[in-house]
Amino acid sequence: MTPENLKYSEEHEWVRVESEGIAVVGITDFAAESLGDVVFVELPDVGAKLTQFEKMGEIESVKAVSDLYSPVSGTIAERNDSVIDSPELVNDSPFEEGWMLRVSIDDSAQLNNLMSHTEYQAMLEAQA
Amino acid sequence: MSISNDLKQTALYDTHVSLGARIVPFGGWAMPIQYESILKEARAVRSNVGLFDVSHMGRLKIQGSGAAPLLSRVLSVGAISMRVGRARYCLICNEEGGIIDDCIVYRNADEDFLLIPNAANTVAVTDWLAQWNTKPDTVSITNITPETAMIAVQGPQSAPMLNKITADDILSVLPFSTIHTQIDGTDAMLARTGYTGEDGFEVIAPENEAARLWMLLVEQGAASCGLGARDVLRLEAGLLLHGNDMSVDTNPYEAGLERFVRPDRRGYVARAALLRARDEGVERKLVGFFMTGRGIARHGYAIHKEGREIGEVTSGSPSSSLDRNIGLGYVPADYSAVGTPLQIDIRGRLIDAEVTSLPFYIRSTK
Repeated sequence: MTPENLKYSEEHEWVRVESEGIAVVGITDFAAESLGDVVFVELPDVGAKLTQFEKMGEIESVKAVSDLYSPVSGTIAERNDSVIDSPELVNDSPFEEGWMLRVSIDDSAQLNNLMSHTEYQAMLEAQA
Repeated sequence: MSISNDLKQTALYDTHVSLGARIVPFGGWAMPIQYESILKEARAVRSNVGLFDVSHMGRLKIQGSGAAPLLSRVLSVGAISMRVGRARYCLICNEEGGIIDDCIVYRNADEDFLLIPNAANTVAVTDWLAQWNTKPDTVSITNITPETAMIAVQGPQSAPMLNKITADDILSVLPFSTIHTQIDGTDAMLARTGYTGEDGFEVIAPENEAARLWMLLVEQGAASCGLGARDVLRLEAGLLLHGNDMSVDTNPYEAGLERFVRPDRRGYVARAALLRARDEGVERKLVGFFMTGRGIARHGYAIHKEGREIGEVTSGSPSSSLDRNIGLGYVPADYSAVGTPLQIDIRGRLIDAEVTSLPFYIRSTK
């Protein structure tokens, strides 16, 4: 898995399409770095419904509190409880062990609302 | 976030930037909040040595035959009886007993004191001293903040590390005592004080030597630390932050700082108000608590008890040293006993907490 093959939201979440209708969601290395040491992650339970670009949870570093936004609409199929027990995984491995949710997505066409890796990099550079 | 050009920079600003610090506004200054990681920096202070730039704090020289009487009038402890070479933590209260600032005062000679107010309160403290300086021909007040830097060297290995580069032996300097010596040839005042709960020193040196001394200590193995780590460490040690945990709207008895107050002194400006607070008791108290439920309390969150709001969190943080989430806040005195269950309103959800004794963290002494 490489970040080049992921889709990205403006709120710095990434999406990896695993198979037809199943996507894995996390936050980018840029987001993790900006937050600093992540010490708390709150995510909904398996079975909860998500709406694209709406709040799906909360993430806290030592000094900051941020909302997490779902990059897709769908139903939570699996939650990575490792990041809840060991939030530092988000800093150490944002694209691998620090993944957050596996989602059964409602409509794959929604993925077109997300950015490619190139587009996401361009957005970061424009904001810098 | 853009950093305003109005912010003052310490003599170490360029050093912080070159070491990769993230800079934030604090008390009118552009200060490092963290370098690589707040938690790593906090761990360095608990296990080895960390460096903090505290040059933003005020440095006021109070000199002359009237210096000790003036300080005794405005500080919460007497200055006349202080021995030369000693330091004291104290409060500056107004006539209603409200806390204008908390300070450390050093006596460098009979008629030569140094007062260290918080950055954001330096002007207020200077004005307050001037207001009560009824014999200005016997007291001079000089702000030496611009021409000096102050570096806190904190952690269990700070004394041996500094001792290798100081002209005099500093290992025998007692807590809350000072020594004037040279660090690698630079004149410096070292005080065995700090704001982390660890052993350590605060070093005052000429501002044009600050960057060299900082890098010298980094080469010795000290970790550069920012305000983020400093805030976690001071909270773990149960040390209050003025502006958060106390203010002009709280008195020392509410803040649990009565051990730093000698109210019954003739001429003390807050005498009447503080004697009243001492003798009549206070309605609310600052307590320490740890979260028993999942969540991190933050400054400004409401404290609930039995379905109603009873107080407010003044500081809150995850504690890496304790592996718990901790906080401070004001509650009615009836709810201040250790073990009292509370709830914290964490963005709309009530999460369980429990009152505990302070400090949260006590260093082990060999």
